[in-house]
Amino acid sequence: MTAGVIRPMIGRDSRFFWEGTQVGELRIQKCNACGAKRFPPGPACQSCEAYDRGYDVAAGTGTVFSYVVHRYPPVPGKELPIVIALVDLDEGVRMVGEVVDVSDDEIEVGMRLRVDWNRIDDELTLPIWRKA
Amino acid sequence: MSLYRKAAIAGIGATEFSKESGRSELQLSVEAVRHALADCGLTAADVDGFTTFTMDTSSEIAVARELGCGELRFFSRINYGGGAACATVQQAAMAVATGVADCVVAYRGFNERSESRFGQVSLAAATQVNTNGLDNAWSYPMGLGTPAATVAMQATRYMHEYGATSEDFGRVAVADRRHAATNPNAFFYGKPITLEDHQASRMIVDPLHLLDCCQESDGAVALVIVSAERARDLAQKPAYISAAAQGSGVDQYVMTSYYRDDIGIPEMGVVGRELWRQSGLGPDDMQMAILYDHFTPYVLMQLEELGFCGRGEAPGFIADGAIELGGKLPINTHGGQLGEAYIHGMNGIAEGVRQIRNTSVNPVPNVEHVLVTAGTGVPTSGIVLSV
Ligand SMILES: [Zn+2]
Repeated sequence: MTAGVIRPMIGRDSRFFWEGTQVGELRIQKCNACGAKRFPPGPACQSCEAYDRGYDVAAGTGTVFSYVVHRYPPVPGKELPIVIALVDLDEGVRMVGEVVDVSDDEIEVGMRLRVDWNRIDDELTLPIWRKA
Repeated sequence: MSLYRKAAIAGIGATEFSKESGRSELQLSVEAVRHALADCGLTAADVDGFTTFTMDTSSEIAVARELGCGELRFFSRINYGGGAACATVQQAAMAVATGVADCVVAYRGFNERSESRFGQVSLAAATQVNTNGLDNAWSYPMGLGTPAATVAMQATRYMHEYGATSEDFGRVAVADRRHAATNPNAFFYGKPITLEDHQASRMIVDPLHLLDCCQESDGAVALVIVSAERARDLAQKPAYISAAAQGSGVDQYVMTSYYRDDIGIPEMGVVGRELWRQSGLGPDDMQMAILYDHFTPYVLMQLEELGFCGRGEAPGFIADGAIELGGKLPINTHGGQLGEAYIHGMNGIAEGVRQIRNTSVNPVPNVEHVLVTAGTGVPTSGIVLSV
């Protein structure tokens, strides 16, 4: 049930992330000047103002900071209900992620998750999260 | 220089609020503006400025053409959805206070139920070619794609941090619907709910029930803003603008400010501090408030950010009918956007004006100051209206 999924807008500042998901890497932007990590990515370091940036590949593990169970209305390309979490990665950044194989009454703040991949097609792979 | 009491809302107007207006969004706005001008005894010839939401589909010049206005000297738009509501009044107030324009109309009109429904997943929001679209890449593809879902994410965390419950959110819906029940212009006129009704309503996005979510509505509202001096010569008692503020927090996003250590809505704290600074007033000076209520949890968080109570204390603050008529801080006496209609916050500003004029169907006794806020979870705005 992934046909017709909403595709991300991808720009120069975020392309590295989506290239990473294609090869099974959860890439977190890292400043080449000061080492600060950030998500979501952007062109200018919020710590030292540098534009020179690379990335680290995250371990792919994290903890549920918050979550929702989306029951209505329909979401393109998804089967309802959808469990969606804010995941605090062990690297210190936070991201929104769809949680699969965790039921709506099992999900809770503090649950440990690990990343996995939902290959949509040749051009898009979405990160998803499973119980660690 | 300050904006304090330099300008006033002199006229208010609206169409009926419905689920299918049967006419264009442009026509709705034109009708609302005509009503607002007639309300204060002005005509289209007096208008030399317009301001609206970036999201509005009717341009200032299109509205001016239909009204038969003359030349315009001022036109502006504010971004970020419902966060624009009170900022349109701020734009107008700044324009008339500085003499940039003499008579500015703020308007918002849409068929938000019968045409473009805001409660659905918006592909347009996810694919807009700008940084907002790029920001939405981190939520929509993951399935987080409705306003309700983005708010629910904040609500879960708020419940976890402070022990708030779904019943606490439900008390906002009960208050709104009680007030709508006696407002003939409200969609839910004559239809109050109980907390049990709220709890029994179906889940939309856990932890939000259906009755935590505002309506989708068709309709338009317009406001006429002139200088305080001019307002005194017009047909209605002026609602003086004691303060008008915008606010954006650190690391701000549109509906998804999730990357701050402590999430929440600090942007409304920015608005509150600025309103109190400009006006010299504080929470204790407000006899009532119109708090933006697209979803109930943000009403609680607003009370905290605006200084009516401490962080995490809103559940206690709103208990025992405190936010209902007769309580210590009645809110949303028109029924709010859950009860009256969802006109992106503009109908709440009109109710604030009616309370200042003492013409609300649910009058609060001895009103001197009314706080009105705009959309939450987004860069937002607020105003203080005074007698
Ligand atoms: Zn840096």
